Amino acid sequence: MQMKRFLALILLVPLLAMASGPELHLDHAPDRSQDKAALQNGAKIFVNYCLNCHSASYMRYNRLHDIGLSDQQIKDNLLFTADKVGETMRVAMRRADAKAWFGAPPPDLTVIARARGSEFGSGADWLYTYLRTFYRDEERPTGWNNLVFQNVGMPHVLWEFQGDQVLGEDHQLKLVKPGKMSPKEYDDMVADLVGFLQYMGEPAANSRKHLGWIVLAFLAVLLVFSYALKRNYWKDIH
Amino acid sequence: MSETIAKTKAQSLLDWIDERFPLTSGWKAHLSEYYAPKNFNFWYFFGSLALLVLVVQIITGIFLVMHFKPDASLNASGIPVAFASVEYIMRDVPWGWLIRYMHSTGASAFFIVVYMHMFRGMLYGSYRKPRELIWIFGMMIFLCLMAEAFFGYLLPWGQMSYWGAQVIVNLFSAIPFVGPDLSLWLRGDYVVGDATLNRFFAFHVIAVPLVLVGLVVAHIIALHEVGSNNPDGIEIKKKKGPDGIPLDGIPFHPYYSVKDIVGVVVFLIVFSIIIFFAPEAGGYFIEANNFFPADPLQTPPHIAPVWYFTPFYSILRAVTYPLFGVDAKFWGVVAMGASAIIFVFLPWLDRSPVKSIRYRGPLYKGFLAAFLVSFFILGYLGVLPPTPDRTLVSQICALVYFAFFLLMPIYSSIDKCKPEPDRVTCK
Repeated sequence: MQMKRFLALILLVPLLAMASGPELHLDHAPDRSQDKAALQNGAKIFVNYCLNCHSASYMRYNRLHDIGLSDQQIKDNLLFTADKVGETMRVAMRRADAKAWFGAPPPDLTVIARARGSEFGSGADWLYTYLRTFYRDEERPTGWNNLVFQNVGMPHVLWEFQGDQVLGEDHQLKLVKPGKMSPKEYDDMVADLVGFLQYMGEPAANSRKHLGWIVLAFLAVLLVFSYALKRNYWKDIH
Repeated sequence: MSETIAKTKAQSLLDWIDERFPLTSGWKAHLSEYYAPKNFNFWYFFGSLALLVLVVQIITGIFLVMHFKPDASLNASGIPVAFASVEYIMRDVPWGWLIRYMHSTGASAFFIVVYMHMFRGMLYGSYRKPRELIWIFGMMIFLCLMAEAFFGYLLPWGQMSYWGAQVIVNLFSAIPFVGPDLSLWLRGDYVVGDATLNRFFAFHVIAVPLVLVGLVVAHIIALHEVGSNNPDGIEIKKKKGPDGIPLDGIPFHPYYSVKDIVGVVVFLIVFSIIIFFAPEAGGYFIEANNFFPADPLQTPPHIAPVWYFTPFYSILRAVTYPLFGVDAKFWGVVAMGASAIIFVFLPWLDRSPVKSIRYRGPLYKGFLAAFLVSFFILGYLGVLPPTPDRTLVSQICALVYFAFFLLMPIYSSIDKCKPEPDRVTCK
C-alpha cells in the first residue's frame, strides 16, 4: 500500500537531519557482566581504592551475593567501613571536610555507570576511558588532570599501577614513568573495576534480562493462542 | 439436576442486582450489543491499548507510592531522600525494579499509544460530526497526560527532573505583569525545591489521575453514544437491517474483545522487550543525566525535555522575535500552548465532504504528510541543543505545523475527493 511506504519514508527523514557537537572519543569498555571472578576483583579494587572517599550509599554489602560472594567472604575481605553485611557502602569522611579538601564532595558512585552515559558511549565506556587518561599537570592543585574530565578534582588514585602519563604536543598521552603494572594489565584491572561499577549501577540487570526471555516465551505462546481464538471467532465475518 | 438449581440461583442473584443496578443492560449497551464497524484495521488497536497503559500506570503507581518519599532534604550520605528512595525501590524492594521500569516505560508507551490513537483520528476523520465531543474529551485527556507526565518527571529528583521543571515553570514568568508572581506561586518557592516536589507529587498521584479517569469515562460514554467511526469514514448506522442492527456492525464483545487481546499481547511483547532488555531506551525513556541527584547549584550544559514533549518544545524555541514590545519568550510560550491546543479545533477547521484519508484528495494528503514530517523533525530537534541552522529548520517546521491547521478550511474544501462507498470495505 502506498500509505505504508509514505509512512516509512517520513520516519526516516529525521535520521537524515543534522547531528553535531563537540566530539568526545571514548574507548569501548570490555564486557565483564557475566564474569564473576572479574566482578569480584572489581569489588575488591572498589572497596580498597574508591570507597575511602566515594560512597555507594544505595548498595548493600550483602548484595554482593549476586557476584558469588558469601557473607563470610564479604566480612573477611571487604567490610572496612561498616560492621554488618546488611549495611550500605558509606564513607566515614565528613562531607564538609571532603568539600574543603577536594573543592566538591566526591560524588556517590552507586549509579555512576548509568549517569555517565551519553551519545558518545555508555557510562562504562566513559569510566573506562576516564580511569585510563589521567596525566601529570603541574598547574592543577593535585598535580593531575584528565582527558575526559577537564580539571578534575580527584587525583590519580591508581597511579602506582599505571605510572605517570604526560600529554604530548600532539595531544597524545605518553607513559613516561611505568607503574607496577604493564599497560595491558592496568587496562584489565580498570575493566574489572568498571565492570563492577556497572553491575552496582543496576544489580538486577542480569536477572532482569534472564526473566525477559521467560516473559517473552510466555507471551509468544499466548500470542499463538490469542490469535487462534480471534481467527475462530472471526471466521464468519466477511 | 444440581446444574439447573445452580443456574437458577445465579440467575436470581443477577435479577436481584439488575433490579438495583444496570448490570445486564450496561453489559449489553457497552459490550455485547454495542455494534462496532467490522472493518477496523491496525490503527484501531490503540484506544484499548491506551486504556491498558492507564491501568498499568495506576497499578504500578500505587506500589511505587508505597516506597517513594517526596522529600528533597539530604540524607546522611548527602543524597536527596527522594532520589535515594527511587534507588531503594530499584534495589531493596522485592520486584521494585520491575514495577519502576513498568511505570517509566509506561509513561513513554502512553504517549506512543496516544499519538498513534490521535493520528488514527486524523487519518479517518474520527473528529468530524457527530464525534466532536469525543475528540474534545480526547484532547483534554492528552493535555492532562502532558501535565501528569510533567509532574511525574520531577519526582525522581535527578538533574534532568530538576532542571526540566525549572525551565518549564520559568516559562510562566514570561507572561507580562503576573508572570514572576505566577511562577513563584507554582513553585511554592523561589527555586524548585521541597515545596515544589511535594505539590507535584500531590498533583501526580491524586489530582491529575482523578481528572484523567473522569475524562476517559466521558470519552468512552460519548463514543458509545454515537458509535465508532471506521477506516472508510462512513456511518454504519445509516444502513440498518430489519432488526435495527447496523448491517456492517458486529458486537464489540466477543469480536473486538478477542481481537483486542491479540493487540494487547503484541503490545506486551514490545513493552517487555523494552522493560527487560533496554529500560532506558537509549536514554530516551530514562535519561542518563537523571542518575545524578538534583543539584540546584549546577546547571547541566544541555537541558532537553523527554522525547514526547520535544515537538512542542521546539516550537517554543523557534519563536525568536519579540512582538508588540513583549519578549520573544512569551510568544514562544503562546506558540507552544497553541500547538498543543489547536487540535481541539479540527472538527470545525475541516470542511472536506469526506472523512477518511482513503477518499480525500491530494491536497489534504500533501498537507497531512508535511505536518507529519514537520512534527517528527521538530521532535528530533527538540532533544538537541539549538544552533542557528536548527532554529531556522524548526521555524520552517513550526510554520508548516500551523499551516496544516490554519489553512485547512481552504484546502479541505477545494480538494478533489473520491466518492465514498455505501458500505464499509474490508481491505
